[in-house]
Amino acid sequence: MFDAPQYTLPAKPGVGYKPQHYSEITAQPGPLGWLEVHAENYMGDGGRPIAQLRHLSEQFPISVHGVGLSIGGEGRLDPDHLARLKHLVGWLNPASFSEHLAWSTHDSHFLNDLLPLPYTAATVTRVADHIDEVQEVLGRKMLLENPSSYLAFAESDMSETDFLREVVARTGCGLLLDVNNVFVSATNLGYTPQGYIDNYPLDQVGEIHLGGHDEDHDDHGAPLLIDSHGREVADPVWALLDYTLERAGAKPLLIEWDTDVPEWPILAAEVARAAAALELVPA
Amino acid sequence: MIVTQSEFTAGILDPNRPAPEGVRDGAGAPTTKRFDVYRNNVAVSLTDALVSAFPVVHKLVGDEFFRAMAGVYLRTHLPDTALMMYYGDKMPKFLRRFGPAQSLPYLPDVAALEIAMRESYHAADAAPVSAEVLGQIAPDALMAATLTLSPAVRIVQSSHPIYAMWQFNMVADAPKPTKRAENVLITRPQFDPAQHLITDADALFLTALQEGHALGVALSKAGPGLDLGAVLGLLLRQGAITKIS
Repeated sequence: MFDAPQYTLPAKPGVGYKPQHYSEITAQPGPLGWLEVHAENYMGDGGRPIAQLRHLSEQFPISVHGVGLSIGGEGRLDPDHLARLKHLVGWLNPASFSEHLAWSTHDSHFLNDLLPLPYTAATVTRVADHIDEVQEVLGRKMLLENPSSYLAFAESDMSETDFLREVVARTGCGLLLDVNNVFVSATNLGYTPQGYIDNYPLDQVGEIHLGGHDEDHDDHGAPLLIDSHGREVADPVWALLDYTLERAGAKPLLIEWDTDVPEWPILAAEVARAAAALELVPA
Repeated sequence: MIVTQSEFTAGILDPNRPAPEGVRDGAGAPTTKRFDVYRNNVAVSLTDALVSAFPVVHKLVGDEFFRAMAGVYLRTHLPDTALMMYYGDKMPKFLRRFGPAQSLPYLPDVAALEIAMRESYHAADAAPVSAEVLGQIAPDALMAATLTLSPAVRIVQSSHPIYAMWQFNMVADAPKPTKRAENVLITRPQFDPAQHLITDADALFLTALQEGHALGVALSKAGPGLDLGAVLGLLLRQGAITKIS
């Protein structure tokens, strides 16, 4: 179990930070309570990205969200990447650090996507060992995010929620619940998203993600949703958020929009909708 | 029916391979199209990273050519770190050997200039020394002094008009390039890298400084034709000298 000082984000709306929104966000944050950045974009040696992040951190709590650690990878974690992460978390001292239940590196080749893993006793051990190492190196608790799944593995013999529960029990990590990912995976793999939430350890949630998805079809004409982060959050995902908040209470809510990034007012409308969802939560 | 990550990776990188046997749809049936989502994500995300790294090369060859070329590059040069800001650093060497690009001999040097701009943007910050500090050094001591250039300084030499080609494709109303050799000095006064057209003598001189040679040695390496006052003035104005020792 990992015992360390607790860091927390406020139970308010946040956005994934994009440099083109810098002036609007800093001048008129509105209900915006915090920002999330991708760790890898701030691992350069200096220049504008680092200076801007330092400046933003004086105005907003920051969540550092990693996309390149490959926690679900068969191989060992890349010690150079871990050292860069320790450096970033060290100088920035963010309110939260989170990563994905996925793998992205194989044989030291980085594939730049969040790839799926089967859920078995062996992969629980692998993931838990990697999280232990991350928390040990960073000296803090991390949050683990549930993936968007497009397929399953014949070898899996446990549910994703049981897998996450077991990893939390072994490592003491917290969870980042992406409700869009729940909706996408549930649609793609044929279970109910509400059932997933009912089985999910909501008391471990330190942050909730919301993002847009695209619609496609698989080989048999069945719906296949793609987690694209390129549009507004879909209505059924907002409904799933309400369902979740009723059970979990108010949580930090992040709007993710990473491709075809819109002008700030469109993103601000999503932030306002997240703020409205939080207001409905009983105190 | 275990799917190893080696098998999964091989399937992702080779569109002609069948999906790994142990992947299933929600009903437990084998599936190809679902595996294709990951194939597509990997190829598109790496290609997009290259498009944003090489905007001028992209404009020069067009989107269709660039994406086809990127598909070949990414399968032979997968990233070796998760830092996409540095992905594509082998592009100049790749382009020198890439058959379909042989009719565009300037392309590798344009790619090298784009890499240098990106490296400069992300380079470490360093406080510049002022003209007064340099002025306080006695003329005979100056020749033995070592001038440290900012980590954001880059020098790109070419036998093609890379400076003009970059300007023409990235700056409104820039003049059309004419055929000649051009060398570029990149400085970063604050956050935005700036390009300066420099002579062969300047390039030799600045490269010698970057290699750590004393000013006198760098001068002799530059050969005749170097305007020392002009090049030092440029470096000082751009905040490109960070230490004199």
